Amino acid sequence: MFAAFDNFPALLIWLPLVTGIICFFLKTEAAAKKWSLLSSVLTLGVVGASLYFSGEKYSLLNQVSYIWLKGINSSFALILDGMSKMLCLLTALAFPVIFTATWKHQYKRANVFYGLMLLSQCGLLGVFMAADALVFYFFWELALIPVYFLASQWGGERRIQATFKFFIYTFIGSLLMLVGILYLYLNASGESFSLASFYNSRANPADQKWLFWLFFIAFAIKMPIFPFHTWQPDAYEQSPTAVTMVLSGVMVKMGVYAVIRWLLPLFPEAVHKFDNIVIGLSVVGMIYASCIAMVQDDLKRLVAYSSIAHIGLMCAAIFANNQSGMQGVMIQMFNHGINIIGLWIIVELIERKLGTRKISELGGIANFAPALSILLVIVALANLALPLTNAFIGEFLMFNGLYQFNVWYAVVAGLSIILAAVYTLNMVKNVFYGSGNSLTAGIRDISLNEKIILSVIVVLIFAAGVFPKPFLDLTQDTTNMILNRIIDK
Amino acid sequence: MGAIILSAVWGVVMMYSGILFKNKATPKYIATAGVMLLLVTNWLEYAGLPIFNVDTKGMLEFNSFGLVFNTVIFICTLFYFLLSGPDMEDVGDHVAEYFALIFFVLCGIAIVSSFKTLLMLFLGIEILSIPLYILAGSDKRNLKSNEASLKYFLMGAFSTGLMLMGIAFLYGATGTFYTEAMNLGFGKLNSMMSIGIVLLMISMAFKVSAAPFHFWTPDVYDGSPTVFTSFMATIVKAAAFIGFIRLFENAFGKMHEQWQLLMAVIAAATLVIGNLTAVFQQSVKRMLAYSSIAQAGFMVLSIFALNSVAKEGLVLYAAAYSIATIGIFAVLIKMKDYSFEGFNGLAKHQPLLALLNTIFLLSLAGIPLTAGFFAKYYMLLAAIKNGHMFWLVIVAVLCAAVSVYYYFRVIQAMYFKEGNDPGLKVSETFKTMLVLAAVIIILLGIHPDWLLTWLYN
Repeated sequence: MFAAFDNFPALLIWLPLVTGIICFFLKTEAAAKKWSLLSSVLTLGVVGASLYFSGEKYSLLNQVSYIWLKGINSSFALILDGMSKMLCLLTALAFPVIFTATWKHQYKRANVFYGLMLLSQCGLLGVFMAADALVFYFFWELALIPVYFLASQWGGERRIQATFKFFIYTFIGSLLMLVGILYLYLNASGESFSLASFYNSRANPADQKWLFWLFFIAFAIKMPIFPFHTWQPDAYEQSPTAVTMVLSGVMVKMGVYAVIRWLLPLFPEAVHKFDNIVIGLSVVGMIYASCIAMVQDDLKRLVAYSSIAHIGLMCAAIFANNQSGMQGVMIQMFNHGINIIGLWIIVELIERKLGTRKISELGGIANFAPALSILLVIVALANLALPLTNAFIGEFLMFNGLYQFNVWYAVVAGLSIILAAVYTLNMVKNVFYGSGNSLTAGIRDISLNEKIILSVIVVLIFAAGVFPKPFLDLTQDTTNMILNRIIDK
Repeated sequence: MGAIILSAVWGVVMMYSGILFKNKATPKYIATAGVMLLLVTNWLEYAGLPIFNVDTKGMLEFNSFGLVFNTVIFICTLFYFLLSGPDMEDVGDHVAEYFALIFFVLCGIAIVSSFKTLLMLFLGIEILSIPLYILAGSDKRNLKSNEASLKYFLMGAFSTGLMLMGIAFLYGATGTFYTEAMNLGFGKLNSMMSIGIVLLMISMAFKVSAAPFHFWTPDVYDGSPTVFTSFMATIVKAAAFIGFIRLFENAFGKMHEQWQLLMAVIAAATLVIGNLTAVFQQSVKRMLAYSSIAQAGFMVLSIFALNSVAKEGLVLYAAAYSIATIGIFAVLIKMKDYSFEGFNGLAKHQPLLALLNTIFLLSLAGIPLTAGFFAKYYMLLAAIKNGHMFWLVIVAVLCAAVSVYYYFRVIQAMYFKEGNDPGLKVSETFKTMLVLAAVIIILLGIHPDWLLTWLYN
């Protein structure tokens, strides 16, 4: 029924799913590591192929639809359009990078760990490709379950409470969204769950008002947007770093993606009505998170709060509803994923080499590990959106969009750039420069495979920073389609 | 018809088997054969080849809905026998009698799933209930078991009285016992009819343990021997629901709007009370008792909505809930310690059991890829389709979120906490059946139409 492999979306679901299940039965840690790396590289290859075979001519290769539940008119429909491809590329890139970067980390019961990682990849890819609301909901939840188990099993000391909070939060959000989906389904033309029929039947403005919030809360929890963010720092801190990378690099993009794919086109009137509230929340969250990031002593928490600030900007830019903001979000989704994974890799390296993440206990690493320091500074500057790095283009476009919407939002949000510089440079100063202490004196510089993987990230940072056109072109259709729907409401 | 006659006969066979075979293990095999026979007979009837042709004067009706429901019940019973049958031998000396009583319950269920007159409903409910009073007290030397039995019996007798009175009122108002001949809903309801309907609603709510008539449930479920709690909380509860929806659809369906609010209140109260109380339990057995109330709250949604989606959903819900709960109980029976701490570190010592238990718990929580998700999904869909009282849907999803808390406590104990080896002794058959149950849960979670298409023959 679902088994056809003549198209990319189906392959992208089946490949991680099947390899993930096989991984559970592997005996040794080394085998599990190699197997999952192989699987993730193959997935990357499939995404690469789908990028190559795009356009009208190959449209059949990039979509799929099987009848799933006849009685309620739901089909297992997946589509790879520009935005989907970009996020699938991010997901497919992230996993091999994560696997390689954490190659030396020893996990108890590694086969289960890597199996669950591949299953979460399957869920994430499904979310980014779903063209049917029920399928979307299905994968939305499925991406969560493996991550929950990963974080609770291999995480830090307070992992059980932290990840459970995360789980309950997202689960409440998704259930509310499910109610919204069911309501839309019953009102859609021909009672269908397909994205197209959802798009075609626009809910009346009175319904939109509350449906908007049912969906928005689900997505806001995932992103996370202030005041729904409280699960995030704990979850990031307590998860094993490989899982934190998945959470922050890819999983938060589920929320951003879902807002663009589902929320904006479905409820344009409500979006116009509530845009000030949402942008207001996002901007408040940006400043708030940046301020908290300044006083963090734990590297992981610092990166977590900086991530809230960045996501806040993306959310604000989406709701600015203009070309510039939307394009900025599109590339920033990809770039933020790359940058933050880079940051996590460095945090992981420091923690593994020195056994601590406390900024106050570190210092002077640059004297002993120059290569690590150089790469870190580049990634940190990219996180600051310095020109020539990838984040610059995205943030510039987003601030431009916000400026067009309302100058004052742009001014207040702009403060977060200054604050970001404060906490990032402070972190660089305290961790890498200075005289060092007995602990950091013992650090060894990074090995070859770590150099390679960080270089890949640095290359991506510069490539996307100097030449962002491919990304803009890739997402052009999606951006236009969504903006058209909102403007001709 | 086949199922009614055969289950009654097989109950008698089981009683004699206790006299004929001294070996404690033998009745289990005879009972398993009996359920298989029931399945075959039921299936033959579904396929249009009934073995027995009895003229019931239109008092019973065997449509595909009832027969598919019977099939679900018999499959669940089969699982129940194969998983927990051996544990019945530990309850007392008269194993064959327990099986006989269970077959009488099945007979009652088959009547409840096919009644067309209130008399048959009453008979079915009574045939189903009386053996349960005995089963609840089957651990004779245990004071809690005695208490459970007595409590269940007294409360049950009370609700039976209410039901009879309701039936009498309806008969007085309409002059008939036939549900479809009552013609309620045309014109104004007189007070006699309204009283009758409310009384029936209360007595049925009691049988399915819906709030505020649920107070007996935790004590009875907790006090009864765990093997029989498993049976009462799953198969019997599902059967009571089929009677509930048949009654309200056939007899009172036309005046749906007049009692709908009452049903919504019952559903909301059941959901809130069941879920919130389950959160505070320290024993898994008691938690499951409250969880069964909470799940009943979801099933009441189908009677509240009363449309075709609701009926499909109820069958799916009955299957998903029963199989998952039977599975969890089967593992629980093997444990010595029923507290949450008793499950600590189970994943390390019994990885397979822990994994399967997790699947069942995820299903009860309604996570996608398990049958429980689609069950909840159909209920919500039915309630939204109903058009008004949207607040009930929001209450339901919030309660579903609460339920994650207590189901996941077990998962957390099994996987993320350290504990001693509970030293479970499980046979290969047990493991195989448990795996099979988990596979069914997942298959129904991928494609519920595999069950639901049978409803439309």
